[in-house]
Amino acid sequence: MRRFAPMLLAALAMMVAGCEKKTQPTSTETDTSKQAAQGQGGTAAPATPAPGAPSATPTPPGEANTLLLGVATSLTGGQATFGISTRNGIDMAIKEANAADGVKGKKLEMRVYDDQGKPEEAAQAVTRLITQDKVVIILGDVASSNSLAMAEKAQAAGVPMITPSSTNPSVTEKGDFIFRVCFIDPFQGFVMAKFARENLKFSKVAVLQDNKSAYSIGLTDVFTRKFTEMGGKITGTESYSQGDTDYRAQLTAIKKTQPEAIYVPGYYSEVGVIARQARELGLKVPLLGGDGWDSEKLYELGGTAIQGSYFSNHYSPDNPEARIQKFVADYKAAYGSVPDALAALAYDAAKVAIDALKKAPDTSGKAIRDAIAQTKDFPGIAGAITLDEKRNAVKPAVVLKVGDGKTEYVTTVSP
Amino acid sequence: MSQLIQHLINGLATGTIYALVALGYTMVYGVLKLINFAHGDVMMVGVYMGYATAYTLGRQQQKTFLGVVAIFLVAMAGCALMGFLIERFAYRPLREKPRLTALITAIGISFALSYGFQLDIGFLPGAAPRAFPEIIVPTEWLILGDRDVVVWNWQVMSLLIAVGLMVGLQWLVFKTRFGRAMRAVSFDHRVAALMGIPTDRVIAVTFMIGSGLAAGAGLLYAIKDTSVSPLMGLYVGLKAFVAAVIGGIGHVPGAVVGALMLGLVEEFVVGYAASTWRDAVAFGILIIVLLVKPGGLFGRVAAEKV
Repeated sequence: MRRFAPMLLAALAMMVAGCEKKTQPTSTETDTSKQAAQGQGGTAAPATPAPGAPSATPTPPGEANTLLLGVATSLTGGQATFGISTRNGIDMAIKEANAADGVKGKKLEMRVYDDQGKPEEAAQAVTRLITQDKVVIILGDVASSNSLAMAEKAQAAGVPMITPSSTNPSVTEKGDFIFRVCFIDPFQGFVMAKFARENLKFSKVAVLQDNKSAYSIGLTDVFTRKFTEMGGKITGTESYSQGDTDYRAQLTAIKKTQPEAIYVPGYYSEVGVIARQARELGLKVPLLGGDGWDSEKLYELGGTAIQGSYFSNHYSPDNPEARIQKFVADYKAAYGSVPDALAALAYDAAKVAIDALKKAPDTSGKAIRDAIAQTKDFPGIAGAITLDEKRNAVKPAVVLKVGDGKTEYVTTVSP
Repeated sequence: MSQLIQHLINGLATGTIYALVALGYTMVYGVLKLINFAHGDVMMVGVYMGYATAYTLGRQQQKTFLGVVAIFLVAMAGCALMGFLIERFAYRPLREKPRLTALITAIGISFALSYGFQLDIGFLPGAAPRAFPEIIVPTEWLILGDRDVVVWNWQVMSLLIAVGLMVGLQWLVFKTRFGRAMRAVSFDHRVAALMGIPTDRVIAVTFMIGSGLAAGAGLLYAIKDTSVSPLMGLYVGLKAFVAAVIGGIGHVPGAVVGALMLGLVEEFVVGYAASTWRDAVAFGILIIVLLVKPGGLFGRVAAEKV
């Protein structure tokens, strides 16, 4: 037995090392992990690459009568559905602009490179777009870690870049040529606090956060602060770790505090199970969350238990506004699926880019950058876009209610 | 008070699953002195076999008693076969090699299974978590007060199954001819072979029993927590292994006691402190037990252990 103990410890060390290696990729980059998880789910309304969809027609670079827009996004790999949605959204915006006689008498083209969801590929794609294709602007990527790699190159070359859907605050901090058309992560915490306090009139809410995810912690911090400022009370804060499957201890502790709702700013894979176990323990209150919930997997994992819960998101395809309904119908006609938030944000990013190209006096990087920076009240599909001095979009978020296998639009919350 | 009772019930339910997985570790270690680190992943494969069977039978038949029995039988038989193959092709060729070699192979098989199952080709399920079908209609078995304490039918069921299997294993090891052969192989497999005991067959059967147990445990786990994914085995396997060592690895009732203890401790730590502390406390207990009583709570530093 004595000989056994050191061997055992060695083995344990190996196991732990192995486990750590395994958890790292899912817990490092908040935004990426969320998107990777969704990508593996193959959900988020997989936009089927329709026939006639963009296959970057080769154009000689620098041809006089076209303007080239560069796109780097993940068309293969774990996040492929996001990249395909993004490409479709941009393609749609470009086709519309060309139908309306293009920009400055020139037609628009896009050049798409697949970054396979890897930051190093993204950096290389951007280098190619800048040095070889001489694009006037760069659009992409979805995952924040890829966008960070791209932003560095774009900033160094002085080519403006707009990311449609990277929500990590650090992306636009890379420099003054980098913009985004989505809100940043902490904003959602505020949205849910306001919605819970003002629309649902809750005064006692418990929090269950994923303490392995910066995304979840960020949302929790803002939610807690804002909800308390608005006169609400946080009855208790419990935590779990990504990958757990048993939340009964936390939920039992939460149950004792008798909250009116539980804020769970995690990813759909855990939230579905949390909902089930809450109902099992007799907690009938709704759950509240953020865009990490946005996946069809949520309905499978949560079953009927998740119905009646609310989460914040970038946009809702059910929004009755005519503009949004037209976008949804056009997208469906072109690509055969309901556009997800990523397609809507990509469409918005391309629209903002095209608008800036029209306004800019010439097509130099500096001129375009200045034109983008002046974007104000731009009517995007995922809300009106106004860029602040940090080049982030200040825009409303929507709150969705989880129904039977789909979401229902509830309201829009402005900053 | 009601909170305490609910924590107690939750902890016992968790501990029960650990116990069933820990029994497999303990059996294999008892006979072969091999820590089969692939055990948790065999469990995971069993869960996916059950998942596939449930869907093959169709959503309606699953909820009949026979449907549930069929799901358990298919998964357990499938895993028993897999355990046999793993033993035959991964461990048997290394039996006369230093023990560390087999241990490393076990870790290799563990990773091969858990990462292989994350691929999305052919029958492999892919990395995304899935919801396990409700093969048992969850029924509230006991409700105290205004739903202050809730006990579900499957919780009682798993506890009974775990205790039943423990008693069954004790009987198998100490009251049957096969058990005597197991103990002999455990004592010294070379001498046992000289005495006419079919060592290879005894070891193979032990592996099959252990793997079958893992599949059963996995299904109970899937019924309890509903979410299944290819990495679930690593985590549960590690916890069950800790439980087996705390109880005294190789000791059948010790594994069950260690597992129930671990489940309760984890539950109370999360319920009254924070989830961040859970693994630290679990492994802290392991280290203390190893320091104070290297053989585990029930372990004797004796030659005869199964």
